[in-house]
Amino acid sequence: MIRHINKTLTFFTPDFSEHSETVFFDTGISAGFPSPAEDFKEERLSLDNILVKNKLATFYARVSGQSMIDAGLDDNDLLVIDRSLEPAHNRIAVCFLDGEFTVKRLRVEKDGVWLQPENPNYEPIQITEENDFVIWGIVTNVIKKV
Amino acid sequence: MYALVDCNNFYASCERVFNPSLRNKPIAILSNNDGCVIARSDEAKTLGLPMGAPAFKHKKFFEDHNIQVFSSNYPLYGDMSSRVMSILMQFTPDMEVYSIDEAFLQFKGFDNYNFKDYGTQIRKRILKWTGIPTCVGIAPTKALSKVANKIARKFPDETRGVYVIDSDKKRIKALKWLKIEDVWGIGRALQKRLKQKHINTAYQFTELSDEWVRKNFSITEWRLKKDLEGIPTLQLDEIASKKAIATTRSFEYTFSDIDNIKERVSTFATSCAEKLRKQKSSCHVILITLSSDTHRKEQPQHRASRMIKLPFATDSSLVISTEAVKSVNTIFKKGIKYKRAGVIVMGLVPTFNHQLHLFQHENPKHKPLMDTIDKLNTKYGDYKLKLANQDLKRTWKMRQERLSPRYTTNINEILKVK
Repeated sequence: MIRHINKTLTFFTPDFSEHSETVFFDTGISAGFPSPAEDFKEERLSLDNILVKNKLATFYARVSGQSMIDAGLDDNDLLVIDRSLEPAHNRIAVCFLDGEFTVKRLRVEKDGVWLQPENPNYEPIQITEENDFVIWGIVTNVIKKV
Repeated sequence: MYALVDCNNFYASCERVFNPSLRNKPIAILSNNDGCVIARSDEAKTLGLPMGAPAFKHKKFFEDHNIQVFSSNYPLYGDMSSRVMSILMQFTPDMEVYSIDEAFLQFKGFDNYNFKDYGTQIRKRILKWTGIPTCVGIAPTKALSKVANKIARKFPDETRGVYVIDSDKKRIKALKWLKIEDVWGIGRALQKRLKQKHINTAYQFTELSDEWVRKNFSITEWRLKKDLEGIPTLQLDEIASKKAIATTRSFEYTFSDIDNIKERVSTFATSCAEKLRKQKSSCHVILITLSSDTHRKEQPQHRASRMIKLPFATDSSLVISTEAVKSVNTIFKKGIKYKRAGVIVMGLVPTFNHQLHLFQHENPKHKPLMDTIDKLNTKYGDYKLKLANQDLKRTWKMRQERLSPRYTTNINEILKVK
């Protein structure tokens, strides 16, 4: 909404830049029997709305490798990452570790923070002072091609 | 109260979000066609890399100082900018997007707010959600919020990126610190005249009498003075709203042949017209610029521009291109090696309610033709439909040798995580 402010009047101009995903029922203006569907208008399902809770903070990344296969993250899967969520124990996070992006489960233990792979062939990584480490975002969904 | 929120070294910050190993490293971003430096990280500024530095002249400098150089990745910067702006909109309904990386917010009816806290919240949310660091300046007027922002940027340790001017004491202290050349909206010519009068700080400027400022300068400077005094005079969207669209580029090679230049100008004009139609504007004025390679001082230099006033507002590629190409004839000089041309359209009005001319108007066939061209070009991409005075064989490509991936707008270029 754009506001044009004058001394006495405030004008509003609608902003049409964002589409709303409402279903349009073209039932006409006939004087006959009204469409029974009219009262049951609902928004069509949109995967965007279901998978993306905060679109301003959502980014996508692609999995490369096998380290998280037991959590259902296979090579080439698409990750939905929400940067606005707080990192916490057991959440799956995209992290930047020593020059590389990696996706692992966060484990907060008494002895510090660990990155836990979900594949028995991979070793957990303990984060120490020496690491260049950033938690980049929290993985909320994984999308895979079948 | 007003706030100015400004992204720190925005382009460099965007690159860092998707490549955190660039943190604390010097970064330079090049203009379209990799011509010259248009953005620098703080580290690159400290090394003495000047703004606008031509890339080819600084190759060795980049290497010697290990500066990370990028082509401008506008799809990425544009997307990150729109995220930042949308987040800002969550903090107030009254906002003016001032440029790709800064916006003014107005807080009406926020009387009981602690603005230092609110500013910190704004800064934190943008950093967390997008990874872009910002500075926030808050003050009773627009011009003062710009000053507060400068202080926040200059003293990160003391301010933590947020500075509020909320007392006269703070205002005077800030204005005494601010040099006249750093005051927003005071151009170079004005600076000179003020300095001759021994006005060196923003504070001294506000000490001048209203009458003198009005008599010697214009209403704009008088309003700026009031704003700096803490009396809100400038409203949102009043200074320098963008009222022009430009397509200017360096050529791959230098051209001394007029037909080559006409082809480029026609292409740029077509691109401006397309941008006009996209935002449903029409233009009244076209400005054409031609320039030789100003970095090759040994060659004969020529820079020229010509402004064309149209009798009616238009968004037609045909009209804009024809007029632009015609004016190339009038400014082109033989024997000059041209390196750069530009088409700028100004005097923009909304296409659907512009003033009609009594005797002249646009050929009504243009509109459906333009609609069709736009539709086909969107559908098939790569500008399949062109005007005949554009080079049909060539698809003009920007030189972008150091382009980072379009992480947020192209599914094939998103981050890879192991």
